[in-house]
Amino acid sequence: MGRIADTFNSLKQQGKKGIIPYVTAGDPDLATTEQLLITLSQAGAMLIELGVPFSDPMADGPVIQRASERALKHNFSLQELLDTAARARKRIDTPIILFSYYNPLLQFGLKRVAQAARDAGLDGVLVTDLTPEEASEFETELQARELDMIFLVAPTSTDERLKLVAEHARGFIYAVSRAGVTGTRASVSAEAEKLVTRMRRFSTLPVAVGFGISNAEQVADVHRYADAAVVGSAIVAEMERLAGAPDLAGRIGQFLQDLQS
Amino acid sequence: MAPLEELTAAYLASRDDESFQSELKNLLHNYAGRATPLFHAARLTEYCGGAKIYLKREDLLHTGAHKINNTLGQVLLARRMNKQRIVAETGAGQHGVASATVCALFGLNCVVYMGPEDMRRQALNVFRMELLGAEVREVNAGSRTLKDAINEALRDWVTNVGDTYYLLGSALGPHPYPLMVRDFQSVIGTEARAQILEQEGRLPDVLIACVGGGSNSIGLFHPFLTDADVKMIGVEAGGSGNELGQHAARFNVAGGGRPGVLQGTMSYVLQDDHGQVAATHSISAGLDYPSIGPEHAFLHDSNRVEYVSVSDSEALEAFHLLSKLEGIIPALESAHAIAQAIKVTRDMKRDQMVVVNLSGRGDKDVNSVLQDLHD
Repeated sequence: MGRIADTFNSLKQQGKKGIIPYVTAGDPDLATTEQLLITLSQAGAMLIELGVPFSDPMADGPVIQRASERALKHNFSLQELLDTAARARKRIDTPIILFSYYNPLLQFGLKRVAQAARDAGLDGVLVTDLTPEEASEFETELQARELDMIFLVAPTSTDERLKLVAEHARGFIYAVSRAGVTGTRASVSAEAEKLVTRMRRFSTLPVAVGFGISNAEQVADVHRYADAAVVGSAIVAEMERLAGAPDLAGRIGQFLQDLQS
Repeated sequence: MAPLEELTAAYLASRDDESFQSELKNLLHNYAGRATPLFHAARLTEYCGGAKIYLKREDLLHTGAHKINNTLGQVLLARRMNKQRIVAETGAGQHGVASATVCALFGLNCVVYMGPEDMRRQALNVFRMELLGAEVREVNAGSRTLKDAINEALRDWVTNVGDTYYLLGSALGPHPYPLMVRDFQSVIGTEARAQILEQEGRLPDVLIACVGGGSNSIGLFHPFLTDADVKMIGVEAGGSGNELGQHAARFNVAGGGRPGVLQGTMSYVLQDDHGQVAATHSISAGLDYPSIGPEHAFLHDSNRVEYVSVSDSEALEAFHLLSKLEGIIPALESAHAIAQAIKVTRDMKRDQMVVVNLSGRGDKDVNSVLQDLHD
């Protein structure tokens, strides 16, 4: 069994729910990203989503768009990004998944991405703009290397689509809390709970809820019905706020800890 | 995916629905002003000294460009889907104006996303959209042009999907948009085919149209695709040079164009080595886009259509020439097609014929051209 399944299982045995932070690789630089992977792991992350910056992040709100813009100034390659994860992997056991738009992976080569991700000690890949219908080639390459392919579902997803995702998903399922792009909200939509309930009719995989979760109260609310809560924009916004501060990675680790209290 | 599936189902039902088609036909005729003339440009022909040049006068349509063909079709669809709010993107402003127009016609709310650079160079169209009751929202993300306006319109659509319809203006984006926009624009080629047969008794030798996203060109080309003897040329924006960032010629391999995925479509994309989408440049805002409709990628790879590019300065020269020789001020987009017609007809015989799609009129570009004269 993979590291992702192991992690969800051991949490379940302890009667706990998880927290999943997202960071954009290279924001503000790859050295900070390496430190962040370590401090987030130490701060209790059950899994870390490592974002690949992209010029056209159409599923993201302004906060993560700006993180992509900051990261792209460095003009690093996907290989350098994976090398960063590989260095952190020597220090931490927390599962790491690559969170990306399709084009940067496609241009690198799907087989080459799968192998390089495996070599770097990553555990899965989520491609925002790749639907199960179009994913089979990449799915095969990932499966051959025991990497999980994670898919998104949304409140607008029909039962047919949930079924389709259930057939393809590995590791866990990422439920988007509401229609829309990433970004913090005052409250987590009630639609999220309904979606998780519907999803569980078609799959026994763990379900994580993301989009719009920004404080400890919301994390606790999501934990009532889902297996994990994903926090992205709130962390990236905090990094933006603390830009240039000493021990940025440590302070972000503290921020993640506070979300669990 | 659910909104796209809902849209696809609604579109396919409308496509086969006679009452939908007759309502659209009526609007195209009585509101937009179809059929548009197929005009023999005698002085331009004489100037070039070769094949006979015909202009398909889409510039004479209501709002001044072919864009109204598609916005009328899609607004009828939006009404059928009970959507009260329309979002659209625009580059040159022609699609934004055409969207604002049909929303005024049907009393729908309209938000148009536009990059600040395009708002500056197409200030007249921004004012027109506002006069028509639309809200123009400035997009300060990414390269701040058409591509980013599409990203922003997509973000708005997924956020407000319950009551909102995304009225995409070109033959790109996720399915069913390329299909739907091509179908609504095919009226151009269908009419042109009948008109040339009536005027000349035979089909033309060459069709020429400019290609940004590719809606006016696919509209002209599609009804002729099975006519094997009709050659077709799509004209991309060659901009100011061959380096990545200086042009919007997606089929220019040396210039950074290769297959990729952008905005839910696989097609040719101008991009760097890491798959990051590149900045583009063209004097014409409507051609300034790093990808191209997927059907054009297919027509390119199957060698059915030849794709070439025309530089900013060649397009400007054609802009002035058509104004002086025919009394027609073309849009800078369409001027790219005219420039290519000037190049190819010279080497053709006098008894051959070329049909050029004059996709829009140039009033909106007068300021840009004036500025170019002063620089």
